[in-house]
Order: sequence, then C-alpha cells, then structure tokens
Amino acid sequence: MSGALKLSLTRRYRFAASHRLHQPNFSASENERIYGKCSNPYGHGHNYSLEVTVSGAVNPATGMIANLGELDPFVEREVVEAFDHKYLNEEVTEFASEVPTAENICREIYRRLRKFPAARLERVRIEETSKNSFEFDGEIGGREQRAP
Amino acid sequence: MERPGVRGENAMIRVTRKMEFSAAHFYHNPNFSEEENRRVFGKCSNPHGHGHNYVLEVTVAGEPDPATGMVLDLKELKDIMQREIGERMDHRHLNYEVQELTGLIPTCENIAAAIWRLLEPKIGAGKLDRVRLYESPDLFADCTAASSGGKA
Repeated sequence: MSGALKLSLTRRYRFAASHRLHQPNFSASENERIYGKCSNPYGHGHNYSLEVTVSGAVNPATGMIANLGELDPFVEREVVEAFDHKYLNEEVTEFASEVPTAENICREIYRRLRKFPAARLERVRIEETSKNSFEFDGEIGGREQRAP
Repeated sequence: MERPGVRGENAMIRVTRKMEFSAAHFYHNPNFSEEENRRVFGKCSNPHGHGHNYVLEVTVAGEPDPATGMVLDLKELKDIMQREIGERMDHRHLNYEVQELTGLIPTCENIAAAIWRLLEPKIGAGKLDRVRLYESPDLFADCTAASSGGKA
C-alpha cells in the first residue's frame, strides 16, 4: 500500500557564458587573493548546465506536472536567451551590482523562473563545471542561522 | 559535540541502484480531439509511438544492519527491480502492455509513480526513499512519499 506521493519533474538546459569575479570595493590584491584566476580582467567562460525542477499535482488529462511545451519556451526566454553567449558582468543587468559567482547566478535564475505560472518551482541547480554544482530552492536564512 | 548517528548508530543511509530499460510509448488522450492531442502533446502524440532508453534510479533509505554493514542486499534490490520493472517494461509498449499504466498517459511522472507503487511493497529491508526516472539525460521525474518531507 502506498500513501500519497510527491512528484517533481526536472529538465536540463545549457548555456555558455563568460564572467569575471571582481568586487570593485576590494583592492586589486584582495580581488586576487579572494578570486584568484577568476578575477582575470579579461574574463573567462564556462559551459553551464541548468537543471530546473518543478513540482505539483499531475494533471490527469495530460499525465504531466508541467507541459514541456510551456516550460521550455519559458526557460529559454527568461534565462537561456538572456545568458547564453553573453558576458554576464555587462550584459545581464543584475550582475552590474552583484558578482556573477555561480551562487549568485543560481539565485538570479531562481528569481526569474519562480514566475513560471503552470507549476511550482521546486529547485534550480547549475553545474559550472563537471566538478562544481550549486542548488537553490528558495530557502532563506542560511547565514543568519550560523553561529556568529 | 558529536552529531547523533555519525558513529554508526541510527545513521540513516541512502543506497541507490541504477538500471536501464527501453520502451515505446506515445501520448494520446481519447477525450481530446485529434487537433487537441497534437497541440498538447506535440511530436509525442504520433500514434505510431516512439521510444526511449529509460534510466531508473531506485533509492532505499535505512540503517545499516550491524551484522552485515548493509542497508539491504543490493543483489536483492537488483533482482526486485528486474522482476518488477525490467520484466514488465523492458522492450514493451507502455501504452498497451503495462497493466499498471492502463488509462494513464505514460509520461515520465506517471511511469515514476507506477514504479514507486510496484516497488514500495517489495522492499524488505529499509524503506523506498526515491524513484528517479530519466526519459533522456535532460529529463527526469522524481517520486517520493509526500509525508517523508523529502525533497522530490
């Protein structure tokens, strides 16, 4: 016997973009110390993999949580077209004032995608390289909960 | 302070076993007009069907048995997955040949839920924690128990 089930659907997208990790408030040596190679003034790039997870009731008429016919164009428009083959620091408004680390990219993608009308955005996960991945599910307060 | 569980007692461990199966399906709702079926389901509504290499990841959670160090025997899990899922779904047409999907559109979501219902009563040691079904490397559905509070 099975109780109530929770279902989610995850779709992977890809984009390639360049960025530079640099804080204008830090000195050159501080930037170098904190960001290392990533603060190279000419920037560098990655092939990002983006996993978008939505959850909610499965519509009995379609068998779907969300129709990819709606999710794909939404993610393409809100994220892929805005980020793919762009220099994030200068071509994505939000990163004019925020260092485009993968953490911040992850959070910005979540902000853009939570407007998806057809299902609940459960989680955003990005891989910046095959060795580093980052997830955000909208939970806030991690920093506050840490001991001072 | 030592966190509970890290020394071995009460440590909840998740064990995942993977398998592949290949199957055919198409999406069609008999209550929709032909045009509606095409609009909602797109290419997936082609009545001749199409197929995928599905990848199934089954996760079981439990405390390792102190005598064996195992949550469950993975060979046993492999056999359950083969018997319950492989034999039912591998090289089958999901619309016509799988009783558990009768009356359902065989989407990733519905297949994952059907797999959960087939496996859940068969898991002897530990508890079924998650069924993850990949339809392609870029699309998967997760099924968990709603009450587990787990992140699907």
